[in-house]
Amino acid sequence: MMAYAAKRILQVVPVAVGVSVVCFMLIHLAPGDPLAAILPSDASADLQAQMRALYGLDRPLPVQYGLWLIRALHGDLGQSIATGRPVTGEIAGAAVNTFILAGVATVLGFTVGATLGFLAGLARGTWVDRITSGIAMLGVSVPHYWLGLVLVIVFSVELNWLPATGAGPGGRSLDWSYLRFLVLPAVTLSVIPMGIIARTVRSLVADVTAQDFVSALGAKGMLRRQVLRHVVRNVAPTALSVMGLQLGYLLGGSILIETVFSWPGTGFLLNTAIFTRDLPLLQGTILVLAMIFVLINLGVDLLQGAIDPRIQR
Amino acid sequence: MSVLAASPPALRAERSPGYWRGVGSRIARDPVVVAALAVIVALVLMALLAPELAPMAPDKGSMIRRLKPIGTPGYPLGSDELGRDMLSRLIYGARLSLLMGVVPVPVAFLFGATLGIVAGYAGGLVNALIMRTVDVFYAFPSVLLAVALSGTLGSGLGNAMFSLTVVFIPQIARVAESVTTGVRKLDYIDAARASGARPLTIVLEHVLGNVLGPIFVFATSLVSVSMILASGLSFLGLGVRPPDAEWGLMLNTLRTAIYVNPAVAALPGVLILITSVSFNLFSDGLRGAMDVRS
Repeated sequence: MMAYAAKRILQVVPVAVGVSVVCFMLIHLAPGDPLAAILPSDASADLQAQMRALYGLDRPLPVQYGLWLIRALHGDLGQSIATGRPVTGEIAGAAVNTFILAGVATVLGFTVGATLGFLAGLARGTWVDRITSGIAMLGVSVPHYWLGLVLVIVFSVELNWLPATGAGPGGRSLDWSYLRFLVLPAVTLSVIPMGIIARTVRSLVADVTAQDFVSALGAKGMLRRQVLRHVVRNVAPTALSVMGLQLGYLLGGSILIETVFSWPGTGFLLNTAIFTRDLPLLQGTILVLAMIFVLINLGVDLLQGAIDPRIQR
Repeated sequence: MSVLAASPPALRAERSPGYWRGVGSRIARDPVVVAALAVIVALVLMALLAPELAPMAPDKGSMIRRLKPIGTPGYPLGSDELGRDMLSRLIYGARLSLLMGVVPVPVAFLFGATLGIVAGYAGGLVNALIMRTVDVFYAFPSVLLAVALSGTLGSGLGNAMFSLTVVFIPQIARVAESVTTGVRKLDYIDAARASGARPLTIVLEHVLGNVLGPIFVFATSLVSVSMILASGLSFLGLGVRPPDAEWGLMLNTLRTAIYVNPAVAALPGVLILITSVSFNLFSDGLRGAMDVRS
């Protein structure tokens, strides 16, 4: 296991470096001068050169990258152009909200999706299968930002049961006055992992139940309930790893839902950064989200290797 | 001698019905896939024939006929926040929505399949160079990468389509590489090489036919994702710019109307959903008909 873990971790390092290069290059990909957002258009050439030197933009690109990376590794992602506050602080605050939203959505999506997929996999070809597979198909096909709007229309505009936007009063608690803001965005976001997990679990269950050992267990007189436990144990590792990946996708991909619900997370931050041309904030947020995704993938791989040693080949 | 002259008819190899005909007939027998395909064709026709089908110009607004409900005389599907006919805008919207959502996939297929097949067939250093680069882009969640690229490049149809293509190339390349690596290990490739065939000939003659199918099926499954992402970018304000008609952008501009006229505000999403479901059903059916396992 240690050798496997070491190998996987070593494999991740070049990917992480590559990701940081891509994030660094984003700013240079942007049309126009990165300083255009802070400098007045009639700034003198002298002032422009001064600012350029101040931000290190006069140095060769590899040097800029090296300095940027060293600062980033120390937790310094520069300052937001719009607010002047450190980017790291802005991201940390937003990341907590996104973690809450994505975490709840993943658990919800996994619970519903795994149940549906399990039922469909056991009852293949029946109407149960058709209905649950249909729901799963809708889950992976629905434009989730639209589903969010529809839920707002039904539960906020028409029924007036739940708030349409925001994350509730300041502070966090398990109080309903806070939780009610979480319901609609979390349900909306959970639809994607629900569909994907249902489809994955369905085909996994179908594969496992087709194996000889399952009929052997039944033939030797084991109760159906006990046979199913064996099926679950065989399906669980892969299903859980899919869930882990989905959490990563939701953390990085919640921008549309956070925009629909004005949920103050990283996606919302990203949206703000894009439209205020706040490049340091944009770059920092993308870097952090991508790194979290890389780490979650690594964690899922290690966990899967620990549960199922066959994967460590 | 005359017996010899009437030579026996040359033995002709009877051509087997062929793989693709089998796939075709299996698809034709599946009513769900046929229906999905019919919807896709209808949507494409709607986009092509928009000027003939639409009752009004998509950009002709009216300040006094804003946000009319569905069923208003002259506005069968209501009107939007600038008093433009929804039906006409939805029909015209098919043009940019399909263009933005569909085109990145074949373009990414071209680049991704080429990269993956080259990496898979060449192996060694070439494989490592290509695939480690692909891994870096694959390490971004797709929504994040699309938003990051089009967010930095700025809004616009071209930038959005470029971003989506970049998102899909690594995904297709990974599938292409793994399929090609599998085929390359088979004996008949060694046999071809031993009989002196050049690498290019082997790839074109022996590899391509066996790997394109699975890669193609995977690519078709991306169209639905691409549709949702493309309209999503427009919804965020990163894709098509107003006043162009595009379903995602229409959802965005109608967001403020959900308190006044919710049904009309939700309409563009219905079309995105129909398109996306149809492509997914088609892709699933194709996968089954071609017997490609995910």
